[in-house]
Amino acid sequence: MIIGKEFIKGLYKENPVFRLMLGLCPVLAVSNSVNNALGMGAATIFVLLCSNGVVSLIRNFIPSKIRIPIFIMIIATFVTIVKLVMAAFFPDLSKSLGLFISLIVVNCIILGRAEAYSSKNRVFLSIIDGLGMGIGFTLALIIIATFREILGNGSWLGMELFGPNFKPVLLMILSPGAFLTIGFVIGFLNWFEHRRHIKH
Amino acid sequence: MEFQSLFIIAVSAIFVSNFVLHKFLGLCPYIGVSKQLDSAVGMGMAVIFVMSMASVVTWTIHNYFLAPTPSNLLFKIFMKGKGDPPDLTYLQTICFILVIATLVQTVEMVIQKMSPGLYRSLGIYLPLITTNCAVLGVSILNIDAEYNFIQSLVNGFTSGIGFTLALVLMAGLREKLELANVPRAMRGAPIAFIMAGCMSLAFFGFAGFKM
Repeated sequence: MIIGKEFIKGLYKENPVFRLMLGLCPVLAVSNSVNNALGMGAATIFVLLCSNGVVSLIRNFIPSKIRIPIFIMIIATFVTIVKLVMAAFFPDLSKSLGLFISLIVVNCIILGRAEAYSSKNRVFLSIIDGLGMGIGFTLALIIIATFREILGNGSWLGMELFGPNFKPVLLMILSPGAFLTIGFVIGFLNWFEHRRHIKH
Repeated sequence: MEFQSLFIIAVSAIFVSNFVLHKFLGLCPYIGVSKQLDSAVGMGMAVIFVMSMASVVTWTIHNYFLAPTPSNLLFKIFMKGKGDPPDLTYLQTICFILVIATLVQTVEMVIQKMSPGLYRSLGIYLPLITTNCAVLGVSILNIDAEYNFIQSLVNGFTSGIGFTLALVLMAGLREKLELANVPRAMRGAPIAFIMAGCMSLAFFGFAGFKM
């Protein structure tokens, strides 16, 4: 079924973070706790769905030469909506995510999907593709945030996992930990894919 | 003049809180372009130029058209200076990204005319500076830190230098790594990330300096 295939590919085979290497800035910056990761994932999914839908709706009327600025305008509008809603209803999350909510507009995933998929496909398929990519992005965020928060803070989603004698590795919460974590996760995925291909 | 504050901004942007290694801004081209030293240097130069110009133009637009201060030009012209100045800061994202996209397009046209060799070697990466988190990031950071005009310009310029420094270091390391025996699973992006982690750790040595 086409719908299922379009959705599933964003989760693993064409995962935007681990395979396509898009949207790296927010993944490393926001993944210092699972709470932030979920908030950023939700905001990105919303912007991705809306912008994919709108771009696909007007795809036959956009002149090819100025399509990139038009995509950017559409995405910027939805990002402004998300920013204002988050500042109003989730002020703590808004403060901890800070700059990176505004930076969703330059998230390569959203512009990349608008350029590569939504401008050429029907609205329904574009929205399904956006949902798959967005959930894949959020999954990647949660995986990295899990490693960083458990090792760097001894908690997961704010719940303390270990007793008071656990000394967390502060490095994981800071910037080097982010780079090391994503390096090892992508390395593991490469190894896993290679083993799968050997077996077949 | 406040040379000391400018110097602190410069050192902070290049070393202490380097844009790529500590603020996580500008990572996509960092992993994508840093395979060869020449293209890294060219990309860095273009980014420095765009970041400086973007800082200046976005600062002007924010302080004279969007911010709710009495010096707001729209307030002076349309409301004739009476009443409360309008708060247009919600238009910040849209205005800034439009300005940056225009700047990058202009830089691309200028480079194409003045130096076709550089244009060919930069290739697809020149238009991709528009989606570089570093450019929009430095614009918004200047506003949040409430810098004045000169401080914004210095911050933009030296942040570009910091980005270029990290990019050139990474490119040099990756060129050497081509000849090393990296485990198959870690070849390419994973080992680049691990190297970035080690560099980020090294740059932490600059934190805590007292001027």
